Amino acid sequence: MPHDTQGRIGPQDLGGLDGDSVDPSEHDLAQWERMVDAMTRLMYREKIFGDAAQLREGIEALGPDVYQRLSYFERWAASSARKCVMEGLVTQEELDERIAQIRERGRDGA
Amino acid sequence: MAHEHHGHDHPHPFQPDHPEPTSYYELLGMALNELLIEKGVYTAGDMRAMIEQLEAVSPETHGAKVVARAWVDPDFKAALLRDGAAAVSSLGLDPGYTELTALENTPRLHNVVVCTLCSCYPRSLLGRPPAWYKSASYRSRLVREPRKVLAEFGTTVPDDVEVRVHDSTAELRYVVVPMRPEGTEGWSEEDLATLVTRDSMIGVARAKATR
Repeated sequence: MPHDTQGRIGPQDLGGLDGDSVDPSEHDLAQWERMVDAMTRLMYREKIFGDAAQLREGIEALGPDVYQRLSYFERWAASSARKCVMEGLVTQEELDERIAQIRERGRDGA
Repeated sequence: MAHEHHGHDHPHPFQPDHPEPTSYYELLGMALNELLIEKGVYTAGDMRAMIEQLEAVSPETHGAKVVARAWVDPDFKAALLRDGAAAVSSLGLDPGYTELTALENTPRLHNVVVCTLCSCYPRSLLGRPPAWYKSASYRSRLVREPRKVLAEFGTTVPDDVEVRVHDSTAELRYVVVPMRPEGTEGWSEEDLATLVTRDSMIGVARAKATR
């Protein structure tokens, strides 16, 4: 596994770094986050993801900048979409088209 | 309760009648879900059922039962420490799809669990991980200054007690068996389970004191 100049394997490799004090407050999930969580479970069930390491692989493939910028379940959504495109289950064009449609639906209040 | 914010202004749940900006990746997740349903990878009913199934697992209803049984039944505790998944299955609970290692806290040893690379967590026993478990600060600092992080959770571990930090992986999850609180002799398993908190099974806290 390649390491960067700090000896880290990637942006996800946080063990041993400095950091702020831990904020122990509880957080509730948004509905879309619950959906993404369940979607990855169903992808395991359907053997699209072999295991959690494959989900993480897609997260690590985002690169450091995107990794830092995205929220937790945004990373999961990105990794899931990447995997489904790689497996030929959906195409990027279909995803783009659908995203445009969902935006449109939102705008119309439909 | 706030939604999860990770250092940027994050959109709220997508509501068609509420014209908030919705992030690209949130829309990507929604688009993917719709397409997978349309293509028959799973059904909308599967999605609803899975969301319900994930909501139904909690530390109180799952993990605490395992710990309470271990407190009252030495044979079960031995089996749990030997093979966590098999012992959990023997209680009729789902052990999850990974190996499961139970870690026993003792007067000489305090165990605490992290996943430095992501957020691996014994979800079949504890449900979804709390936001702080997934946070960069917990993941980075616990392995380096565990006593300090534990103190931030209000858990002071005496110097003569060893602190052992366990880093979870995609294939192996950990659950801590906290020490049984003093003054609980003769308690029923059900009553004991009420003392077993999520944080005590992650290892950032002890089981609830009786008084």
